[in-house]
Amino acid sequence: MPAKANWPAQIHRVFRESDIRQVCYVPDAGHATLIDLCTADKRIHTVSLTTEEEGVAMLAGAWLGGERGALLMQSSGVGNCINMLGMIQECRFPLLLLVTMRGQWGESNPWQVPMGNSTAKALDNAGVIVQAADEPERVAEMTECAAQLAFNSSRAVAVLIGQRVIGSKHFGK
Amino acid sequence: MPKRPPIVLERREVVASILDARGDALVVTGLGSPTWDAAAAGDHPNNFYLWGAMGGAAMIGLGLANAQPTRRVIVLTGDGEMLMGLGSLATIGVDRPRNLSVIVLDNQRYAETGMQPTHTEHGVDLAGVARAASLESVATIYSRRELERWIPRFYAGPGPIFAAVKIVPNHPPMVLPPRDGTYVKNRFREALLGKRAVG
Repeated sequence: MPAKANWPAQIHRVFRESDIRQVCYVPDAGHATLIDLCTADKRIHTVSLTTEEEGVAMLAGAWLGGERGALLMQSSGVGNCINMLGMIQECRFPLLLLVTMRGQWGESNPWQVPMGNSTAKALDNAGVIVQAADEPERVAEMTECAAQLAFNSSRAVAVLIGQRVIGSKHFGK
Repeated sequence: MPKRPPIVLERREVVASILDARGDALVVTGLGSPTWDAAAAGDHPNNFYLWGAMGGAAMIGLGLANAQPTRRVIVLTGDGEMLMGLGSLATIGVDRPRNLSVIVLDNQRYAETGMQPTHTEHGVDLAGVARAASLESVATIYSRRELERWIPRFYAGPGPIFAAVKIVPNHPPMVLPPRDGTYVKNRFREALLGKRAVG
């Protein structure tokens, strides 16, 4: 397998090394491999959500109880989280978000473009530190550093995994 | 709408009775009246009071319950707050935490904003939603006797447990717990995890 395809396994390794114990998600095709790896890992409790804001609240609860977690979502889910992120900011909860991007590199679904275009700005407005990962070989390192920043500095950090990393989805012509 | 028993329970008495039995349980309170009710029953470092984050109380309870599987987690929230996070009941029904009890103080009103009716006033049945979401043990509580029977289950019964406690729509005086979220979070973690948790 070329190194380019390994970033989900590398993130999973970062989760293990960073002692991430709760991983919650609204599925995205870009996260499919990572979700499978986390689900198969007995040291990680995975929770499937009905909406992304549930995950923001759940990880606040996890931290209250002494566990670290991560929330996986697609960029369209960021808009669902905004009010819940107010709690993260007020309480200085650490929060690690891994966001797979849609609506940018070669997007062919126009409905993805508005939220994709607003994702970084919306997160920034909600007090989240945003770090864009647009090269596959840098995704794991960025995730590791984002986890350190989040959990050691009690901040919300989002790694935006670019559509260039994941590949574009095509709908007919 | 089917005919229902009269609503007689008073929120402050309900919350005081529930929290009297807390032992070493961890408590999350939904914004507005449930937070004031818990404060009125006595401030506690293992109360996490919400002053916002509407719709998030049950999910904070889930994350906490999974992080602390040997401790009981009690979520005390309102009907308006629960209605905003109905999906979380589905998530909890699937994840099945054995140590989580979600208790809704259901006055069928948005008490903080002028007592506007919520959907439960118009017949939406939160216990029915919880049952449909396959929570382990579900009740709607109307009487003191039912409440007394359920309180031990909230703390020791197999979860996830859900109860809607029907309460009269009164508006007792506000009793405010600490409002600084960072302080309340750190105090909670220190009480639960020790000094190193806030280092």
